[in-house]
Amino acid sequence: MTATREDPVLVVDKLTKKFGSRTAYSDVSFTVGRGEVFGFLGPNGAGKTTTVRSLGTLITPTSGRATVAGIPLEAANAVEIRERIAIMTEAPGLYGRLSVTENLQYFVGLYHLSDGERRIKRALEAVNLTDRAQDTCNSLSKGLRQRVGLARTLLNDPEILFLDEPTSGLDPVAARGVHDLISGLRDRGVTIFFTTHRLAEAEALCDRVAILNTTLRSIGKPSELREQLFHKGLIVATAAPLADPGQVFTGLPGVESWDTDSGGGAPGSYRLAVSDPAVAAPEVVRALVHAQADVLSVSESRHSLEDVYLELVNEDVEATQR
Amino acid sequence: MSAIRAIRAVRSGRIDATRVRAVVRKEVTDYRRNRFVLGTMTVLPIVFLANPIINIFTTPTNVSRTALDARVGSTMLFLLLVPVILPATIAATSIVTEREQGTLEPVLTTPVRSEELLIGKALAALIPAVGIAYAMLGIFLLMVKLFAHQQIADVALEGPRILAQVLFVPLLAGWAIWAGLAVSVRANDVRVAQQLGTLASLPPLAVTALMAFNVITPTFRVALLFAVGLLVLDVGAYRLIAPMFDRERLITARRSK
Repeated sequence: MTATREDPVLVVDKLTKKFGSRTAYSDVSFTVGRGEVFGFLGPNGAGKTTTVRSLGTLITPTSGRATVAGIPLEAANAVEIRERIAIMTEAPGLYGRLSVTENLQYFVGLYHLSDGERRIKRALEAVNLTDRAQDTCNSLSKGLRQRVGLARTLLNDPEILFLDEPTSGLDPVAARGVHDLISGLRDRGVTIFFTTHRLAEAEALCDRVAILNTTLRSIGKPSELREQLFHKGLIVATAAPLADPGQVFTGLPGVESWDTDSGGGAPGSYRLAVSDPAVAAPEVVRALVHAQADVLSVSESRHSLEDVYLELVNEDVEATQR
Repeated sequence: MSAIRAIRAVRSGRIDATRVRAVVRKEVTDYRRNRFVLGTMTVLPIVFLANPIINIFTTPTNVSRTALDARVGSTMLFLLLVPVILPATIAATSIVTEREQGTLEPVLTTPVRSEELLIGKALAALIPAVGIAYAMLGIFLLMVKLFAHQQIADVALEGPRILAQVLFVPLLAGWAIWAGLAVSVRANDVRVAQQLGTLASLPPLAVTALMAFNVITPTFRVALLFAVGLLVLDVGAYRLIAPMFDRERLITARRSK
């Protein structure tokens, strides 16, 4: 199923939460489309968990409006909203003396769901835990407990699934298992809103991401954020430093500026800002050959979501220090 | 909460019986596997049953009727300590323990209402406490009937005295539970909650003690009046405690605004 932002299941408009004089998050606005996987990134204390708790009706926002699963976020609608969503908290919060099935049976009761046994069976199948159904939760590893927590969120077929740091503290193999589960849910059309510190997983899993640092710093597809923040560029590596790089690169079609790349691995490393890599690259190669340079590579520079994240968060740090 | 009020709330859909049942079932299953709770539920009744039985069989019969009344009354007062201490301890830890273990927040993300959660937890503490207390009373009365001196049996088996015991058990337990839950909702530490919960549950026992020692004559009317008073206290306590269950404060330790 493809995400449709025209059919939003989550609309947040200028939402703010203050605890006394401390602002948890401020003036946050975004929409999430049905079937979309939406990543919510930010440093510790940025307000991610508080935002999730607010949208899950656990915390009352100080100001602003929101619509969750089509229902206005108001105290009177809290029960109805909670019936339509599911939240997986950072710690799975399982009853250790109860078995996996007993934990799930409790939540089937709390959601007042019919055909509980079928739902439990289906949820356990979805997280590959059928063979551990009768084990007590105390006997499970952290990764397996996280999977039980995820199974619990699937019981009520939520319209929106909020996952708060679902891979926090997990080893790479267990985290990979959670990624596969999220991918599976996305394929089934479940709208997923998840917070994470792991930028690679956000880039791999999310249709769009928002970067929060008390206020919303940026929002969009990872590729859009990269384009917003960084110039397109080429990385040139040569076997020896060029005698006069300015003469080689200046004035070439498509090349806007150039600089030596001190972090590059090759003896001669240069970073070129270009308007269009497809136009500039052949011109650069011709100029390098003409200058009799020993070319090791000419490649398009790639910025990860991590670069975007660090750029935005560092801007905030610098602004605070000024 | 009175039975009529509870039935009305269930019928009006404000309180979902399925959710309450789910809470009760989970709590009872968890108690059964909790050594501390099981130990408390086993040891306390044995201690508080052994003491009155020994007391009743060592009571001299060559004393005045008033002295005998006081002795039997004080002995039977022991039987009322269990429905106070046991549920108070359980209730006082029920919310704060979940907060500490991180199990409360996932529960609060479900459609369960505060009232449903509180009633479920209260019933889960009430049912075993009342069951154990009635069993203790039954054993005690049987022992008295079969083996005690007739003069003592006549005093112990008086109708108003037994009625008072039967009525007071659930009502005292009810008060102890609401007092315990009130502490549990506000407390940040399990040990503090246990101590405060037990302390808060004791005041109604004072009146019971006055009746036991014949300071207030334990007639049928007095027992009934005191029972009604306790019922009013239980209902009032519930109505006071339900609004104290502030989800935001329970999660963030800050009051919602």
